[in-house]
Amino acid sequence: MMSAAQSQSVRTGRITRTFIYVFLLVASLFYLLPFFIMLVNSVKPLSEITGGNMMALPQVFTLEPWAAAWSSAQVGVEPTGLRPYFWNSIKMVVPAVFISTVLGALNGYILTKWRFRGDTILFGLMLFSCFIPFQIVLIPMARILGILGLSGSTYGLILVHVVYGIGFSTLYFRNYYAAFPTELVRAAQIDGAGFFQIFRRIMLPSSGPIIVVCVIWQFTNIWNDFLFGASFASGSGAPMTVALNNLVQSSTGVKEYNVHFAGAILAALPTLLVYIVAGRFFVRGLMAGSVKG
Amino acid sequence: MARAGDVDFKTKLQHWIPKVVLSPSLALVLLFVYGFILFTVYLSFTDSRILPSYGWVGLENYSKLWRLSHWETSLKNLGVYAVLYISISTVVGLTLAIFLDQKIRGEGILRPIYLYPMALSFIVTGTAWKWFLDPGIGLEHTMHLWGWESFEFNWIKDRDFAIYTVVIAAVWQSSGFVMAMFLAGLRGIDSEIMKAAQIDGASNWNLYRRIVIPLLRPAFLSAFVILSHLAIKSYDLVIALTGGGPGRATELPATFMYSYTFTRNQMGIGASSAVIMLMTIAAIMIPYLYAELKEDK
Repeated sequence: MMSAAQSQSVRTGRITRTFIYVFLLVASLFYLLPFFIMLVNSVKPLSEITGGNMMALPQVFTLEPWAAAWSSAQVGVEPTGLRPYFWNSIKMVVPAVFISTVLGALNGYILTKWRFRGDTILFGLMLFSCFIPFQIVLIPMARILGILGLSGSTYGLILVHVVYGIGFSTLYFRNYYAAFPTELVRAAQIDGAGFFQIFRRIMLPSSGPIIVVCVIWQFTNIWNDFLFGASFASGSGAPMTVALNNLVQSSTGVKEYNVHFAGAILAALPTLLVYIVAGRFFVRGLMAGSVKG
Repeated sequence: MARAGDVDFKTKLQHWIPKVVLSPSLALVLLFVYGFILFTVYLSFTDSRILPSYGWVGLENYSKLWRLSHWETSLKNLGVYAVLYISISTVVGLTLAIFLDQKIRGEGILRPIYLYPMALSFIVTGTAWKWFLDPGIGLEHTMHLWGWESFEFNWIKDRDFAIYTVVIAAVWQSSGFVMAMFLAGLRGIDSEIMKAAQIDGASNWNLYRRIVIPLLRPAFLSAFVILSHLAIKSYDLVIALTGGGPGRATELPATFMYSYTFTRNQMGIGASSAVIMLMTIAAIMIPYLYAELKEDK
């Protein structure tokens, strides 16, 4: 898709080409600037930020802001740093991504290879659930989590993210399996293979690419979620994004900008790594958000 | 005979397994999405304050809601924000895509630079831009240090301009994604059409205006749908960047709903604002999804 050769050979003059290159370079500065600022200011002593220039490289290089953000900064009331919240996010993301991906794969398999009357309507219902404003479910969700005794816990957030992740994971696998030859499934059926056998032996081995896309998408979305985390787990069970926001907003007294920047990079690191390692799939996942991809 | 019955049972079982396997997901979605929507709609007709309660008050919450200046401000802000966010992201994304499509050296480096903000959390984006736009330590301060003493850029502290800082940060976050959508669209265009137009002597400008951009219609539609639904849902970015302030200058329906429901203990009004958000998104998404699914069949 993205790697396909240029679609055309538009002839452009030298001046136009220079303009295009300048424009693209200036644009890249705009996109890089905030990250550059986060990075250089996260390795400066605070005095160099408040008394100095935000764009300048550090005169004294220090990793102390990183250490503080990770393990000793004041987050909310406790001086714990972001570390415990980082682990909260990991404990939330891994099971939520796994469960929603497995369910999505099975749903996609059923909705394309075991079709029945009304399956498109069911898929439509699941699909629409991807796009609802989550404000519409906050109040009852808070009630249900309270009733189940899951308020403020990582388990509660796992449940929430699985439920609201099913729509997208189903969408991915359904669109992918729709292009998979149904004759192969029918042939295996005639040979006596059952539902799960076909899934395991025929569908799964060729599902590599879509599993990667789905996992990346769910990982990014769930890791970056703030609304659910802030609503249902704002205390010691809070995920990373909520803790980062507490760190940045709540600092009474001196604002430690360098620690905030280090914390922001820590919160961004897992998804950035995923993006760097598997950017191609990341793009494909984003595009499938426009339904067909 | 026994064997035939066996086979029969197995076939029947095979017939039911898919539905059985699908049913937990379906049950979760029906309960947690559609059941919850109904519950919230119901709450919007009740006198719920700090907790849900079930005294029916009819449309009172809605009439109260529409009389609140706070809600009016949120809607106006959303209007400004959504129009600018959608149009600027589209223009920037389209421009980058067309330029990148001119056999650019280093495309493989530039493309990921434009796109990486999409991988970040809005809280991270908000934190970065919050301090960068802060006149005390950010851009304004830097310009003063560089000798441009009269430079002023305090939008984030200014009631009349703060909403534009939300637009800037949001465009930064998502325009790369729009670029990717348009780039995919451009690469899908048949090069024969372009060649024919060029042989006919069309200028580059006309080539794009008359032929290429109209062919990108599906990408425009997808970008519009995705961006508008992101705009209506915007919450995290505002919280991290401005916290809704200064004053109420950057309040949006999403922040309004949250504060009325959970901090001001006006759950009925909060629920009614959530219902209006849902209806707005549904008005955009349902026709789009319907068309996509129908085409699929």
